[in-house]
Amino acid sequence: MIVAKQKPIEEIIEETKGYKKILIAGCNECVTVCEAGGKREVAVLASALRMYFMNQGKDVKIDEVTLERQCDHEYLEEIRNTIDQYDAVISLACGVGVQFLAEKYMQMPILPGVDTCFMGVTEERGVWTERCQGCGQCILARTGGICPVSRCAKRLLNGPCGGSTKGNCEINKDLVCGWQLIIDRLKELDRLEDYEKLAPIKDWSTERAGGPRKVIREDVQL
Amino acid sequence: MRLQYPSNIKIVSIPCTGKVDLIHLLSSFEKGADGVYVLGCLERECRYEKGNLRARKRVEQAQKILESIGIGGERVQMYNLSSSEAPRFVRFANEMTEKIKEMGPNPIKIAMQKKAA
Amino acid sequence: MKTKTPSKLEKFLAAGHLAVTSECGPPRGSDAATITKKAEMIRDYVDAINITDNQTSVTRLSSLASCIHLKLMGVEPTLQMVTRDRNRIALQSDILGAASFDIHNILCLSGDHQQFGDCPQGQNVFDLDSMQLIQTVKLMRDEGKFLGGDEIKRPPQMFIGAAANPFADPFEIRVPRLAKKIAAGVEFIQTQCIYNLDKFELWMKLVRDRGLHEKVYILAGVTPFKTAGMAKYMKNRVPGMDVPDEVVERMSGVPKEKQAEEGINICVETIQRLKECEGVKGFHIMAIEWEEKVPEIVERSGLYPRPRPEADS
Repeated sequence: MIVAKQKPIEEIIEETKGYKKILIAGCNECVTVCEAGGKREVAVLASALRMYFMNQGKDVKIDEVTLERQCDHEYLEEIRNTIDQYDAVISLACGVGVQFLAEKYMQMPILPGVDTCFMGVTEERGVWTERCQGCGQCILARTGGICPVSRCAKRLLNGPCGGSTKGNCEINKDLVCGWQLIIDRLKELDRLEDYEKLAPIKDWSTERAGGPRKVIREDVQL
Repeated sequence: MRLQYPSNIKIVSIPCTGKVDLIHLLSSFEKGADGVYVLGCLERECRYEKGNLRARKRVEQAQKILESIGIGGERVQMYNLSSSEAPRFVRFANEMTEKIKEMGPNPIKIAMQKKAA
Repeated sequence: MKTKTPSKLEKFLAAGHLAVTSECGPPRGSDAATITKKAEMIRDYVDAINITDNQTSVTRLSSLASCIHLKLMGVEPTLQMVTRDRNRIALQSDILGAASFDIHNILCLSGDHQQFGDCPQGQNVFDLDSMQLIQTVKLMRDEGKFLGGDEIKRPPQMFIGAAANPFADPFEIRVPRLAKKIAAGVEFIQTQCIYNLDKFELWMKLVRDRGLHEKVYILAGVTPFKTAGMAKYMKNRVPGMDVPDEVVERMSGVPKEKQAEEGINICVETIQRLKECEGVKGFHIMAIEWEEKVPEIVERSGLYPRPRPEADS
């Protein structure tokens, strides 16, 4: 999932100053699972903002809606007939949703309510960790199913570096060394000899470095 | 034991404090409550294992939010006791009432009254 | 062994001498005298001087510029190059820049993470890793080609080095990792500072078991402790460093004013013991901001005077 975290309420207050009618729009997908922007977080933020503005003696209308997704046209269309009642929307979706909403409703200020962090997993309740950086050319088959691009602080393809200590990364002793994990897994798979295969220089053009990316599937296009 | 506790307290009973959601706490203040406290079973004695611990986390979340929007985080509290501890129940009720009296009324309530007037 | 480059260091090692290299850290300013003074102090005692590349991610005068200063004073430099700060275009470009000044030694490193330096909020590049940088230099030198495939006019002639840390974890891939660097094309190795001699000797044995000591020149890295505090710091704070308790105790066991001398003693004893270790072809003395002690260490270790490579060729 895409993992996000709630923005501090003070920051949201600062960004919404001056608006009189605000819609808070949640998303039922990733941000619901990581407890940053689902229906519950929408309700809490709405309640907090209502109280804040009331306490300031300001008359601000705050409404709530949670869409199935904010990254598909059809769900964003659901608010087409009501969005004009507002003078700003706070989207609690990831950065993808915030932008798609903004693209669709050109005249409406769209404000982000979360900080989008990474693609990752729920390691345990309240702990999410990164697994993928979407480099566009997966090498997991060669690294024992563990990604050195997302899990090594230096993204070394031929790691580990000399800073790997007792299974942990040199930048933080609470951070697992991705290459230690790769080596452990290669051993489990009885494939440790693969370690000595030199990973070739990577083509980063399919990654962020190659500019905004696009996937086209002509076979499914209508 | 016919113990007295302050009459300003309105009790909402729930099957387990684990049922208390953050939005319930905030809504109470939005509707004008001066203070809210959650009374849970003793820690490590939850019938549902972690109900009262979840409640405590939510109370802490509410404290943080109330503090940052200028209502006062201290207005919401978590207490733990067992069902046989009536004197303790009274002590918490008095303690909470004292705390809220010190803090004064919920500013939201005042703002609402001003608006209505 | 036959030499592939005009590097004096390579010539020297090929002739079977125990090599001595050292390193100088460039200043955090633009005064070239800082580097030339350090080099002047040690030039007669070492065969080549490494110039570190923004070590520990702290911004300094560039390694390439410092190497040029050494070259101009007739001292043989080893250009340290980390992949942290530059992409493949900049790395190749700087390699050519160095080659244009006939800098003949390069040490290919990935570099410390920027978190340890003065710009923890900066980006890191790591377009290539150290092994891939080794391959890049080799491609440029031996095939006269850029990574993009085009031909290089007057390719660089560089003796290719890299670091090896026998002490980092996991230990079991420390020798395979060296094998990997050799497969990538590395020709000499300067190791991490050695304090745990038993572990280093075990690593060397495993290196010999695979015959790797005959495929690469291994220079054992040493760093003298100035104080007991430094020993403790290196033990506890520097990632990938193995300082046994008895070494720390030995440093703290002598009065403060004698600690520097004790640090030099430990360093000299390390060199003397490792001279006997089969496969060790020389020493890399990293006297961090203590370059003036290099001559004493070299002399007391019986490595002075340095033979003249010209005499052998």
